[in-house]
Amino acid sequence: MQHESPIYYDIFGIPGFHVNLSNIIMLTVAALIVFCIGFFSARNLKMKPSGMQNAFEWIIDFIKNTISSTMDWKTGERFFGLGITIFLLIFVSNMLGIPFMIVNHETHELWWKSPTADPVITMTFAVMVIVLTHFYGIKMKGIKEYGKDYLRPVPFLLPLNIIEEFANTLTLGMRLFGNLYAKEILLTLLTGIGGASILGAAGAGIPMIAWQGFSIFIGAIQAFIFLMLTMVYLSHKVLDEH
Amino acid sequence: MPEVITWGDVVFSIVTFIILLLLLRRFAWGPIMNVMKEREEHISSEIENAEKHRKDAEKYVEEQRLEVERAKEEAQTIIENAKKTSEKQGEDIINQSRAEAERLKESAQADIAREKEQAIAELREEVGSLSVMIASKIIEKELDEKEQQQLIEDYVKEAGGRL
Repeated sequence: MQHESPIYYDIFGIPGFHVNLSNIIMLTVAALIVFCIGFFSARNLKMKPSGMQNAFEWIIDFIKNTISSTMDWKTGERFFGLGITIFLLIFVSNMLGIPFMIVNHETHELWWKSPTADPVITMTFAVMVIVLTHFYGIKMKGIKEYGKDYLRPVPFLLPLNIIEEFANTLTLGMRLFGNLYAKEILLTLLTGIGGASILGAAGAGIPMIAWQGFSIFIGAIQAFIFLMLTMVYLSHKVLDEH
Repeated sequence: MPEVITWGDVVFSIVTFIILLLLLRRFAWGPIMNVMKEREEHISSEIENAEKHRKDAEKYVEEQRLEVERAKEEAQTIIENAKKTSEKQGEDIINQSRAEAERLKESAQADIAREKEQAIAELREEVGSLSVMIASKIIEKELDEKEQQQLIEDYVKEAGGRL
């Protein structure tokens, strides 16, 4: 089963400015869902929380704890918004591809999927996070200290330190992409088997359920890992390690 | 897998991310975190209040305890005083009555003595005159004045000694 992406070339007449419409739609849907979760949680705020507010407060505490585990809360407070947005957006994106999948059979274009199963999206987030770590590193420690960090712990590790930055970016994005892409592939295969014959449907039913359950687990874990690594990289750049 | 890098997605995802971040800050975790902070403050102030009330209550209890003790002591002294006063009063009453009795007895004795004196004197006079009358009647002729007088006095003395 080979799925194509609905790519539209040269948007707005700008050469090389291509757009994967599926990614755009799915990302918008994910962002809308995240916003709705947040908005409806915060609609009826009470001192004695109930229902959605409780759930969202749990999420806030969870993000807080994750940040606190990598740096002190006074430093980490400014990254809270980044953390909660990244976590919720990636988590919801991961979940989107699990229940179903929409494919245009004539053109084999894949419309409904996890936007995080596309390397462009994940690498965008990864690069954005790494750029932010550099930005905050320079902002909070000064350009001199920031530069000196490349010569630590010993100067001859400079090349390794530079490579590390690229490696971090690549692994951060590719880990998320790889996991989610594998999830989508396996779901597609199982759907293919299940849709092929009655016997296939009988055989694929249980693995399908199992894999969907496992996908939820993968999605949650990967969102958490992305959040955790974001905070770890930030704390590396932001904190004095002496 | 796309054959080209879709830069449009890159721009779109970053823009979406930033918009989502701002919206969430404005509508979701911003207000919720405010409420959480408010609640934290509320709880800590409540705890402080409770602590203060507990201390106040302890203070009041201690005050009440002292008050009760003082009241007890006061009651004790009042009872003791009353006892002492009553004893003294009783004694006084007894003493007074005793003195009164003594006085009454003495006055009664004095009265008796005086009455007795009076009676004796009266009697003596009476007897004197009576004797004189009797004697004068009996021995008018035989005795002279002098002997007569002598005789009367003797009799009177005799009578007085007998009385």
